[in-house]
Amino acid sequence: MAFPTTDIPPVAIARIEKNQLTFFQLVWLRYKRHKMAVAGIFSLILLVLYAIVGTAFTTEAYSNVTDTSIRLRPPSYEHPFGTDTVGRDILSRTIYGGQISLMIGLIAMAVEVVVGVLIGAIAGYYGGIIDSLLMRFTEAMFNIPQIPLLLVLGKLLADKVPPLNLFGREFSGSVIIIIAVIGLTSWMGLARIVRANFLSLKEQEFVTAAHCLGTRNGPIIFGHILPNTMAPIIVSATLGVANAIISEAYVSFLGVGVRPPTATWGNMLNGAFQYIESAPWLWIFPGLLIVLTVLSINFIGDGLRDALDPHSLVGSE
Amino acid sequence: MDPLLEVRNLKVQFNTLEGVVHAVNGVSFQLEKGKTMGIVGESGCGKSVTMLSVMRLIKEPPGRITEGEVLFQEQDLLKLAKSSMHDIRGAKIAMVFQDPMTSLNPVLTIGHQISEALVVHSGIGKEEAYKKTLDLLEMVGIPQANERYKDYPHQFSGGMRQRVMIAIGLSCKPDILIADEPTTALDVTIQAQIVELTKKLQAQFGMAVIWITHDLGVVAEIADRMIVMYAGYMVEEADVYQIYENPRHPYTLSLLKSLPRVDRKKHDRLANIQGSPPDCIQMPPGCPFRPRCGFGVERCAEENPGLMTVAEGHKMACWVDVTTGRTR
Amino acid sequence: MNTSQVLVQVRGLKKYFPITRGILIQRQVGAIRAVDDVSFDIYRGETLGLVGESGCGKTTTGRTLIQLYRPTAGQVLYDGVDLTREKGQSLRNKRRKIQMIFQDPYASLNPRWTISRIIGEPLRVHKIITGRKAQEERVQELLELVGLDPCHTNRYPHEFSGGQRQRIGVARALASDPEFLVCDEPISALDVSIQAQVVNLLEDLQDKFGLTYLFIAHDLSMVRHICNRVAVMYLGVIVEMSDQDEVYDHPQHPYTKALLSAVPIPDPRATRARQRVILEGDVPSPSNPPAGCRFHPRCPIAGEECRMDVPIWREAAPGHWVACHKV
Repeated sequence: MAFPTTDIPPVAIARIEKNQLTFFQLVWLRYKRHKMAVAGIFSLILLVLYAIVGTAFTTEAYSNVTDTSIRLRPPSYEHPFGTDTVGRDILSRTIYGGQISLMIGLIAMAVEVVVGVLIGAIAGYYGGIIDSLLMRFTEAMFNIPQIPLLLVLGKLLADKVPPLNLFGREFSGSVIIIIAVIGLTSWMGLARIVRANFLSLKEQEFVTAAHCLGTRNGPIIFGHILPNTMAPIIVSATLGVANAIISEAYVSFLGVGVRPPTATWGNMLNGAFQYIESAPWLWIFPGLLIVLTVLSINFIGDGLRDALDPHSLVGSE
Repeated sequence: MDPLLEVRNLKVQFNTLEGVVHAVNGVSFQLEKGKTMGIVGESGCGKSVTMLSVMRLIKEPPGRITEGEVLFQEQDLLKLAKSSMHDIRGAKIAMVFQDPMTSLNPVLTIGHQISEALVVHSGIGKEEAYKKTLDLLEMVGIPQANERYKDYPHQFSGGMRQRVMIAIGLSCKPDILIADEPTTALDVTIQAQIVELTKKLQAQFGMAVIWITHDLGVVAEIADRMIVMYAGYMVEEADVYQIYENPRHPYTLSLLKSLPRVDRKKHDRLANIQGSPPDCIQMPPGCPFRPRCGFGVERCAEENPGLMTVAEGHKMACWVDVTTGRTR
Repeated sequence: MNTSQVLVQVRGLKKYFPITRGILIQRQVGAIRAVDDVSFDIYRGETLGLVGESGCGKTTTGRTLIQLYRPTAGQVLYDGVDLTREKGQSLRNKRRKIQMIFQDPYASLNPRWTISRIIGEPLRVHKIITGRKAQEERVQELLELVGLDPCHTNRYPHEFSGGQRQRIGVARALASDPEFLVCDEPISALDVSIQAQVVNLLEDLQDKFGLTYLFIAHDLSMVRHICNRVAVMYLGVIVEMSDQDEVYDHPQHPYTKALLSAVPIPDPRATRARQRVILEGDVPSPSNPPAGCRFHPRCPIAGEECRMDVPIWREAAPGHWVACHKV
């Protein structure tokens, strides 16, 4: 019986016939299922545009112009959001304040992510005594209450840092302090998650294969393992922005955060405290902006968390 | 004699993000009382899904049994109410799975799990169930049954756990035992033990066995009749001696030629089957094996061959006669 | 095949994994003796099979040989150089010629890397080829060598089937121009119809490049087909070693006999006609191996000396080594 041996010719036998969805396409498909998460993206884009594009219509100087003769005016044609206690236009202050608040959110998040990932990765990868030390340190940091620390350091240090000049704007030096304190006190949760992922990922066979090939530890940590643990980092970073914005608002509201004349949504609330009922436009607009921003970010973060869920991702068969 | 179990034209689909998976495409067979049927195929061929559908264990959605009948003791199992099916599962038809670690509850003692099956299905009291459980444990070759009754699954080795699964399966003296890759995860010497055990218990209780596997060696050991599946289709069915001595479908033929044998010297390269098993989502028209088949003719791309009888009790699905090379 | 040239010499290799207790301070309370005094040679150009069931230590032997685990004791001489004494960059350099192929094609490739990056990794790590274009060309060459389409370099592992992924693993191993490949159960996780493809590929590559293989597997049928010599392991020691046909046709050690009789044969007449030796019980734990001959609790012919003395490794017939009191 003649049996045709179907052997493999040396070239080009194994073709991939169908087009597979890429990772990002798959994530987006799953993300779209959450209507609120998609709405969150839109509203965040709008808010960011508000803070950026708004500068075309007004200047920073204008937002700091005080004119006590028009103080505490309700919303009108010249001042669509009204004026504050020293006659500054609230609309333009929310625009410039928005820039600061968002910037604080982003940079504090960056600090948090860098510190958290580094500590988590090194602890998880090397294990042993390094892991013990880093984790005890992390636990100790967990015990530090963020808000009181912010309050104390904000009060003590904020005045001591000179103002900066960036992107053509002048900021109070307190911005740096706030960013640093928020960033350096919110990384611990991320460090734990990253460490846990590293502990399990470093046992995976592709890491063993990399060791076998002679790859050194640095490229293994950052080239091999880290890209496989992006999901919790992305989610944590997203929610970290919201957390930073709220923390800043909290502290500035109490008067020990970002110092005037630099506006942030938070310290605009500080001035509004006495006039809660009599001049509600002082706190409604910045308050609303904070709420909208934080809500949008939270929805996005939730949507991302579900979309990136490794258990349902078709990445393995 | 009437067959104990008859499956007619079973078709099962799954709805997934990537499309509809046609997992089972028209499987039909008969199982005689006391006989062993082997269902052989590679991953994704639909062998497990077939028997899970017979047991109505497929989650719907995303699964769906679109067609077919499963006749058992004058009832169509596919049309039974869930509660009636509940009475049949475990009591009349039992199933043993591949990974005993996930089939056994890790927080309950194995004694409890065996007794539970007895109490639920036979309606006997706890005392009696306890005694029967000890008997069962001895029967499946677990020594010191009264001590091991109180042990938890993690305290048993893989082979032992599989014996426990068999004990649970046999506790109510079912008519049919379905074993879904029961020894795939076990070492070869332990596998031999389990195969011997199954043969012994089958002789003792006279039950029918359906043994699902990808291992053509194990099937040769234990089966009376055999079905070969590919991409959800049945491609060959015959008496086990016939299939190994006279395989008629190109897939079966190629598969047998690609297997090395422990009892023969190496003399040749292993015959190769090019390509990979398909994923059953976008199947091209015609025969599912055509992309990998060395015997293909034009008709294979156009029309799907159904099962044809080529000899007494020997069916296969192919347009080409592999013995002569001629098309039907 | 030139049998007189020894490429790898393993002498007295031991790998113990400590079992520790304690929360703050870890004390060692025992050890899993995964590899317990294993010695063998591998000749240039041959394929040595290392077989055994789970827990016998074959995978650990392979990984310890390649220094993925540092041995607890013993030597591994590769081309005359003792790898156990090397560290760091020096070890990496000497190990360049030894590569490994892994069992799980789904886990051994980084799911976030394109296969171009995966296969090119050795080129970058050992600075064999610099420059993206040259690297890419070499990657395409390697893909062709293993029978894959070279235009798929920008795809991700999940887009390939198990057999194809295994070939990618082989391509990656070949990138550093190795002499010696440790194949750790390379086909166990593949479908039956694909196993022959990968085995044929490995044989072709061996012929083409004069490679030497250590083939670790539990599938005795496949080992018979591909290996020139076979060593059988049980609970951390080698119990029998010989040429491929010798061990299968004339097994000496009782464990080998039982193992061979348990291997299913895809032929109902042959398999049902066989005399089975069914072993009792389970494989004991490597943390507490039996005294004397490790196999004695399950051995059908165990005697008094088997319980007390460790059997000596000796040549029962030319080229056929066994460790058993009864042979």
